Amino acid sequence: MKSKKWARGYLVAATLLMGALNAHSASQTLDKIKSTGAVTMGVRESSIPMSYTTGDSRFDGYHVEVCRMILVDIKDKLGLSTLRINYQPVTSQNRVPLVQNGTVDIECGSTTNNANRAKDVGFANTLYIEEVRIAVKANSGINSISQLANKKVATTTGTTSVQLLRKHEKANGVNFDEVFGKDHADSFLLLESGRADAFVMDGSILAGNIANSKNPKDYKIVGEVLATEPIAIMVPKNDPEFKAAVNAAIAKIVANGNMPKLWDKWFLKPIPPKNIVVGLELSPATKNAWANLNDKPAEDYVKK
Amino acid sequence: MSLDLGVFCKNTLDGEVVEHCFSALFGLAHNSDPSYLDWLMKAWVWTLSVAGLSLTIALILGLLMGTLRTLPSSSALNKFLIWLSTSWVELFRNIPILVQVFIWYHVIPAFVLPLKALPSYCLVSIALGFFTSARIAEQVRAGIQALPSGQTAAATALGLTTAQSYRYVILPMALRIVIPPLTSESMNVVKNSSVAFAVSVPELTLFAMQAQEETSKGVEIYLAVTLLYALSAFAVNRIMNQIEKRSRVPGFIVSTDASLAH
Repeated sequence: MKSKKWARGYLVAATLLMGALNAHSASQTLDKIKSTGAVTMGVRESSIPMSYTTGDSRFDGYHVEVCRMILVDIKDKLGLSTLRINYQPVTSQNRVPLVQNGTVDIECGSTTNNANRAKDVGFANTLYIEEVRIAVKANSGINSISQLANKKVATTTGTTSVQLLRKHEKANGVNFDEVFGKDHADSFLLLESGRADAFVMDGSILAGNIANSKNPKDYKIVGEVLATEPIAIMVPKNDPEFKAAVNAAIAKIVANGNMPKLWDKWFLKPIPPKNIVVGLELSPATKNAWANLNDKPAEDYVKK
Repeated sequence: MSLDLGVFCKNTLDGEVVEHCFSALFGLAHNSDPSYLDWLMKAWVWTLSVAGLSLTIALILGLLMGTLRTLPSSSALNKFLIWLSTSWVELFRNIPILVQVFIWYHVIPAFVLPLKALPSYCLVSIALGFFTSARIAEQVRAGIQALPSGQTAAATALGLTTAQSYRYVILPMALRIVIPPLTSESMNVVKNSSVAFAVSVPELTLFAMQAQEETSKGVEIYLAVTLLYALSAFAVNRIMNQIEKRSRVPGFIVSTDASLAH
């Protein structure tokens, strides 16, 4: 009986203590990084060149490198001597829940910043503006979306392109069959094997997949820009201090003039592991995002 | 955690609430843009079609292969048929179902060109049907071998050929014995049809993955999909139960009479 009371007393004390700690610390993420000396970065397996694996569970890419720079800045800010980065591969389906539940502290992939996701997670300032385009076989003769009538169009499950395609279909009265790949590599395989006539997806992903294919000359990116979307680094919601630290680091990287160099490195020069060239020129929209750093969701880009 | 089931009444283009949420289900009205509920129903039909086609293939081939495995090895032809059916069973039950689906979708059409023209749901039904046929074949074989050997001997004594003794004596009894395992196998086909999402068949699992991404209502979407899978499997269970009851011959091998159970 007595021991039970004791236990209850400890419990109350512990609860109070934890409450006090919570009240004291504004940023759970920064505290966690400081106390463990480690941070978990969410990365993608095949979002070339944004975030992808170079084999042996190593990850690299445009966003991954930016994130590493951000984390160096945060390490210095917290006064840590070393900061261990754990890479956690995520998918289109699990990236939001994993950031939400704290498994992933910072997601550096190819996630569109939209109002729907912003309900669950936070987004850092945009460093890359994606344009949704159409990839076809070079000998197909397709040059615009209107020529896709009654053709099979591939896109990847769990991405915003599916909805976009549907809207476009309705607005222009163009009727086509959607086929879904379970990931980008799968969608590209649908195009490659002739099961689909076109692959509608973010320009960088199309360029990356084409560059990685057996015969890059067999494919081309054609047609009008279907949509413009900001791709951003994802951080936990309700942790403004961590988000501010990330944004401050981003501002520093941009101010140092690192962005054009990073673009050159990842989009125009040969990249590991196979030394392929993505070959995507810097778009005016992305340049504009660097000049005016912001975290506007995709919805704001539609209105413009 | 509160559920927001209103998500099913929203249209799939811009998330506005549609005019006819439920009436469109029964064909009374038509939404100008499909709602998530309409899409869910369409996905359910795909799941049932894939499962139905696979089950048909599996039952026919399973019955055939299971029977062939029990043939008396009296002639060279019989020996070949036994070898063939044994190889069939071992081949299709030793490879994971998802791998088989990929082989039928990506690998085999590269060599057998006419298969390229087949829609993906046909290919996935073949894969699922062959996989399940190996399991059903083993159950049919177990049913046949459970019969006392006197049955075959009696059929032979009556002057029936091998084919006739299977048709009139062995199979009618053996198939009644294997209805219970066949029930669970049929229910498995409904559940295994979820692998079809991997080859872009727009069925329930693919719907769940895409719709939860678009709406951020993962819990509601997955609950609805779970419910429909459970409902479909349970319906199969009830149908098989009816077949079991209707085909029962009183006092014949399997008795469900409580007074006989010891």
